[in-house]
Amino acid sequence: MRLFRDAGIDGAPDPGTRRLLRILATLAFLALVLTPLAIRRFSSASDVAEAGLSPRAALERYGFVLQEVSADIGIRFSHQAPRLDPKLEPIMPAVASVGAAVSVVDFDRDGWQDLYVTNSGAGSLNALYRNERDGTFQDVAAGLGVADVNRPGTGASMGAVWGDYDNDGYEDLFLYKWGRPELFHNDGGRGFTRASERAGLPAWINANTAVWFDYDRDGWLDLFVGCYYPAELDLWHLKTTRILPESFEYAQNGGRNYLFRNRGDGSFAEVAETMGLVSRRWTLAAAAADVDRDGDPDLFVANDFGINELYLNQDGERFREVGREASVGRAPKSGMNAAFGDVLNRGQWSLFVSNIAEPGVLMHGNDLWVPTSDSGEVPGYRNLAGAMGAELAGWSYGAQFGDLNNDGWLDLFVTNGFVSGEKRDSYWYDYSLVVGGNRNIIADARNWPPMEGRSLSGYQQDRVWLNDGAGRFRDVTRAVGAANPYDGRAVAFADLWNRGVLDVVVAYQRGPLLVYRNTVARKHHWIAFELEGTRSNRSAVGAEVRLYWAGMERVQQVEGGSGFAAQNQRRVHFGLGPASLVDKVVIRWPSGAVQTIDSPALNALHAVTEPR
Amino acid sequence: MSYDKRLAAPLLISLILIGAHWSYGILRGYDAILLAVLSCIAAELVLSRLLLGQRRHLASAYISGISVAILIRSPMLWPYAVGGVLSIMSKYILCVKGRHLWNPSNFGICVLLFLGPFAVAPLSVQWGNDLWPMLVIWAVGAIAVWRAGRAHITAAYVASFFLLAFVRSLITGGSFVTEIAPITGPMYQLFALFMITDPKTTVASKWGAVAVVFLIAFVEMLLRLAEVIYAPFYALFLVGPAALLLEMWWTSRARAPQARSAEISGAAEGSGASRRSVRPRSVGRHPHAAPLPGRAPRPG
Repeated sequence: MRLFRDAGIDGAPDPGTRRLLRILATLAFLALVLTPLAIRRFSSASDVAEAGLSPRAALERYGFVLQEVSADIGIRFSHQAPRLDPKLEPIMPAVASVGAAVSVVDFDRDGWQDLYVTNSGAGSLNALYRNERDGTFQDVAAGLGVADVNRPGTGASMGAVWGDYDNDGYEDLFLYKWGRPELFHNDGGRGFTRASERAGLPAWINANTAVWFDYDRDGWLDLFVGCYYPAELDLWHLKTTRILPESFEYAQNGGRNYLFRNRGDGSFAEVAETMGLVSRRWTLAAAAADVDRDGDPDLFVANDFGINELYLNQDGERFREVGREASVGRAPKSGMNAAFGDVLNRGQWSLFVSNIAEPGVLMHGNDLWVPTSDSGEVPGYRNLAGAMGAELAGWSYGAQFGDLNNDGWLDLFVTNGFVSGEKRDSYWYDYSLVVGGNRNIIADARNWPPMEGRSLSGYQQDRVWLNDGAGRFRDVTRAVGAANPYDGRAVAFADLWNRGVLDVVVAYQRGPLLVYRNTVARKHHWIAFELEGTRSNRSAVGAEVRLYWAGMERVQQVEGGSGFAAQNQRRVHFGLGPASLVDKVVIRWPSGAVQTIDSPALNALHAVTEPR
Repeated sequence: MSYDKRLAAPLLISLILIGAHWSYGILRGYDAILLAVLSCIAAELVLSRLLLGQRRHLASAYISGISVAILIRSPMLWPYAVGGVLSIMSKYILCVKGRHLWNPSNFGICVLLFLGPFAVAPLSVQWGNDLWPMLVIWAVGAIAVWRAGRAHITAAYVASFFLLAFVRSLITGGSFVTEIAPITGPMYQLFALFMITDPKTTVASKWGAVAVVFLIAFVEMLLRLAEVIYAPFYALFLVGPAALLLEMWWTSRARAPQARSAEISGAAEGSGASRRSVRPRSVGRHPHAAPLPGRAPRPG
């Protein structure tokens, strides 16, 4: 009691005690002032230590290393940004900041993954890198008719997704643009025929994402297209400079989105409004997965300058937006990526949404939405990006989940960086000056100070986050050899050389296409599945593969577009760690058919056709 | 039951917060604001008890907590706790003659922005797309500061900002509209309505306060010309305490001859009552200053 009295708990302290308490309080105050510095030092210490690892040591420690090999394998691609209306010239680098995209496809069905890469400058050429099966790639886009798609007056490519919309066995190409979208029919892997008019595509939209999925499960692939700017805008011929978002967190003056229902005869019906997709947010990315486990694919839409949206598919008859109820659509941020993955091996879909994190200026932070329950009508999610160490990467764009070291846990590759200009001169002050203003100010490009070559979150490294299986992602970027200075946009995973590992392809804005060849330690096993639908869409997009092994369950799926401006290989790849046995694999086809394969062979690619 | 004037500001800031969150979901999450407010209140309770032996009214701590929670953005939680506790501690540690020098939340926010920018950012975006929320907050806030007798401070700051924004646009060659953009956002609303009008960290005289906020706006202009993103916070951080110290020095200088003459007079008369009548006036103390630690009233 005396101690408490002396400390003033039971009245005023005496002078001596007061002096002592004041000294202690001052020391505590100083310690608290220094706390941010201590936290920073602690968090950066491990990164510095790992930067000096040799490839052999990194392989030993993390089970894989990446080697950039694009030039060696015949890929010398350089992305050109679009040059828009001169009225936007002062801030052109920030406006014309997207367009570098990559999608993986086996367009000629030879069993080897090929790459389609977009370009965006007027007259620039897209590339289709055919896998030559000898370790090299050759650009065959021009010969096959999918290169010259950025002619003046037709807009600029923003990305592409592949899907077999007519079920003829060959993946067709949908190219979305700021401009005229295009659908190219794959003529047996020997060429492509333009099918845009017959498909009934709109004449002009400003799209930044597209996803193939069969939302009504009729066996024909449908198409969601997400738009950024309103379709009325021709960004090369502007009548006004009031084209920018009206708010940087609550904007609803973006482009409308589209949902094209496949009629099965080569044409599509646009049904977005009748299906409940009426948002005018600034959409940058989308992905589909059956998050409520009712058998039909749901849709997640990541929006810049606002909240994200989760649309639950109600038996293919309507979509219901539940983002707020599910928690994924509450906090307005800068959604730029949508990728589903089962990061905890619980047989449930988690979701990664990349955002901006600029120290001291804009700290949105990435979201890693982990399901808290998927049993109710609306699934619940909790953002565990901070707890799991995947929150801060920079100005993040594309990201994908994949088991890079085949240890049985999904890792995460995030590409970063917005505009790399003058290294020592940043545009962030001007950005922060305007972005806090009223919509009448920020929506008008004339009010934005000229960039004059300055950087805006430039020269940021990509991040390779290794899932430790214990609920944490560890940054191993520099140790495994994935550090580079370019402005990343799209990431895609594919087993490019049929070795049972996931290689990484990254498209950079105003930069190269980099291919990272993955070398994985031999101690881990893998298994992969190549699916083909019969009653379902032939691409089997939306098919879920559940793997049961070592007391765990992981779900993966055939994707029709994922990440930002990207598409992974259609093949489903599982790392297994040291396990020598897979108990069973359960495939749920989009048609609803369920197929079980007991004890499949390890370290093998299994071709599976849907039972008729 | 009588109305406690000290509750006006907490009520107003709570109403703004609730309205903004209800309309636009501005909060990072309830956990962050709860953490900031509870950290501030806990620090206030503990420090006032330990160092002063009394319990202070918690309105000030509540406002500090809300201010920290609104004015900084962080995907992490620790900055809200550290910022809140730092804000309150600064009142007890960084004081001269029993008077704290820094606006508490301004101090906490500046420390976080200066030493922990890897984890925090200031509030830099607007609430919603409409003009109406901005006008409503300005109108309600203006009424509140007018009733509190602080409207001259807000008005002087806003006028200074516009004037100096024009000067900045002349110097940089940029658009005047661009330069005034920040003041149309919520960060400046909170800054101009609550932070710079804090009675405990502003000088007492009306014209002195006007001069000080002009100086704050001027230093802010200099910082903006140097492209310092946190210019208003840093300007207040630099100018506010300097102005208070100057006021203390000026007041003590002005009162010293009075005190000397009173003492001489008291000595001549040999009256202890006269000395007592001078000493409690506590030279240089501000009318809103906290009780001096040595003279803290014991709780009943």
